[in-house]
Amino acid sequence: MSILSQAYSWINLKFLLAGLGVTIEVSLISIALSFAIGLILGIIRYVGFKYVSAAVGFVIDIVRNLPLLLIIFFTYFALPQTGLRMSAMSAAITALVVFESAMLAEIVRSGIIAVDPGQMEGARSTGMSYWQAMQHIILPQALLKMIPPLVSQFISLIKDTSLATIIVLPELLYRAQIIYGQDTRYMLPMYLMIAVMYFIVCYALSLVARRLEKRFG
Amino acid sequence: MIQVLTNNWPTLLTGFGNTLLCSVIALFFSLIIGSGFAIMETLPNKLCRIIANTYIEIFRNIPLLVITMFFYVVVPQYVLKMSGFTAGTIGLTLYTSSFIAETVRAGIQAVDTGQMEGARSTGLTYWQSMRYIILPQAFRLVIPPLGNQFINLIKNSSVLAFVAGFDLMYQGDALASATFDTFNTYLVVGVFYLILTLPLSYYMRHLEKKLA
Amino acid sequence: MAKWFKRMLYLLVPVFLLTLLTGCGASKKQADVYQSTKDAKKIVWGVKADTRLFGLMNVKTGEIDGFDVDLAKALTKQMYGKDAQAEFVQTTAKTKVPLLKNGNIDAVAAAMTITDDRKKIVDFTQPYFGAGQSLLVKKGSPIKSIKDLNKNGVKVMAVKGTTAVDNVHKYAPKARVLELDDYAQAFTALKSGQGVAMTTDNGILYGIAKENPDYAVVGGAFTNEPYGLAVNKGQGKMRDELNKALNELQADGTYSRLVKKWFGGIPGFDIKEVEEP
Repeated sequence: MSILSQAYSWINLKFLLAGLGVTIEVSLISIALSFAIGLILGIIRYVGFKYVSAAVGFVIDIVRNLPLLLIIFFTYFALPQTGLRMSAMSAAITALVVFESAMLAEIVRSGIIAVDPGQMEGARSTGMSYWQAMQHIILPQALLKMIPPLVSQFISLIKDTSLATIIVLPELLYRAQIIYGQDTRYMLPMYLMIAVMYFIVCYALSLVARRLEKRFG
Repeated sequence: MIQVLTNNWPTLLTGFGNTLLCSVIALFFSLIIGSGFAIMETLPNKLCRIIANTYIEIFRNIPLLVITMFFYVVVPQYVLKMSGFTAGTIGLTLYTSSFIAETVRAGIQAVDTGQMEGARSTGLTYWQSMRYIILPQAFRLVIPPLGNQFINLIKNSSVLAFVAGFDLMYQGDALASATFDTFNTYLVVGVFYLILTLPLSYYMRHLEKKLA
Repeated sequence: MAKWFKRMLYLLVPVFLLTLLTGCGASKKQADVYQSTKDAKKIVWGVKADTRLFGLMNVKTGEIDGFDVDLAKALTKQMYGKDAQAEFVQTTAKTKVPLLKNGNIDAVAAAMTITDDRKKIVDFTQPYFGAGQSLLVKKGSPIKSIKDLNKNGVKVMAVKGTTAVDNVHKYAPKARVLELDDYAQAFTALKSGQGVAMTTDNGILYGIAKENPDYAVVGGAFTNEPYGLAVNKGQGKMRDELNKALNELQADGTYSRLVKKWFGGIPGFDIKEVEEP
């Protein structure tokens, strides 16, 4: 029991909570950016400007089918060889945004496809332009349909920030390792604690998603 | 790039093989475990549903890396020694099975509820109807999403690199650390992953279209 | 909904483009590190955060303590005056070279062995610490020296990207090396029984053994691992100034005082060897 109380001392907990803060900060920035980019890419894919859409689709497929860990390594260890310099924080965010934008673009595209095509024709017949119809009629409905997959993608993103521990981003997992690096008896308590912390954040988000789904679905 | 490939062909190939091996093993077990929990979730028994739900929510909401590290560094101290490859494969199995459970459950529930009643009325037991009527249909419905889970599984197997699991990512990373030619090494590793995931991904898209 | 969406796009797209641009624009040509650090009166050092005695993060204060850290502080002050600042960035064996190359840090003081391979990509100062590779095993282990590791099926823990990995291949070619990402993980793996020994430089191993009395350093040093401070290739001026400051600290006794502070009380550790790398 004394090991537990030593492991969960206020100092250690504070150290971990600061890591949770970094995890959440990186997640939020990445979610916002990748949502915006994913939305644009998804629309480009759906609208189908000849070569542009094909090229975008190809790049998206490549990125989607690579391990995120490889993209993180590439951003942090390989890009600097070409002169692109980044801190661990921006490298983590960049890698997450690149990967998640590609994942989200697919979600957006299938979300738009799932909206009845008759709606577009209907909107156009009332005199709206293609983009007006897209903006006011199609997208709002598509976004509602997308809520469940979007949220589960966001949950993935939060969990995936743990991979950035390898480039010494001082997030939750990295800090847990620092703590048990000083006394290896803390290993079990540390893993339990961070598992609980990740769980609370992710589970809370999935509950919110479920509520949203019920409300709009 | 070609040079990285020719100089380290055996190393990369071993890594590729290990990635494939652990992905297939993890897929096999997570299909069994995932389907098991999916069926439990649809049972009338409340306790069964609670157990299944708890399992699914726990493993869906904790990072795979944390689960894997737990099996690599904590479990061997108290329970049972295991290699990085084993720990990684167990982590992958538990994590993926929770996603597969959700997918299969959705499939089961998408099969018309009338079918169960219909099957029962012909004299089949609950389990017989599940086995011969509901599950085959459910699995057909969920093949595309399951395929996508398998793609995720292959990508996620890179977590073995954290626990010295000798997979593709581990071998590539060790090469990159030794030669400092990170750029070309990671490109080669990326191509190897794409060889596995890209065709699968296109095939699943094709299936999805065909089934829709 | 549409309006909200539009507004968000207007907000986010420029933000992202800006991040990209600043990311691209910030690098390009390598500046003269000596001049820029002198002007700023600040050196950004890459140090270890997971290595007792050299650089270990103190959970209580969030600061990193160790011999490398103290030496870096002393060097900074010696070079740019009492009010100069040493800033510390946590690195691992894996990240320190990339960080130096991209210019995120000005110099490395992270228990880094001088090797010919590394000399091709970074510039080293004269050696400031004489380490040697050794083995850490559980007390009572049959492993007594590196020779005992040269058997099929024997697994040894080392840290990815360190000289220890190559040395095991050289001195115990039959052993299998498990490469982990940092010392904490490597020791954790040893503790979990993933292998029979952990190998790296003796200074680091003594640091671990000191906190974990069930483990002992055995077999003595079987290699020479002189540590050097590293700067990026082409920063000759910075290297020369660091060498000069290092000599000054050795002459005025600061260096010996630091060695004694960190390694004085450790049984089995030969301070003489350390000081004459």
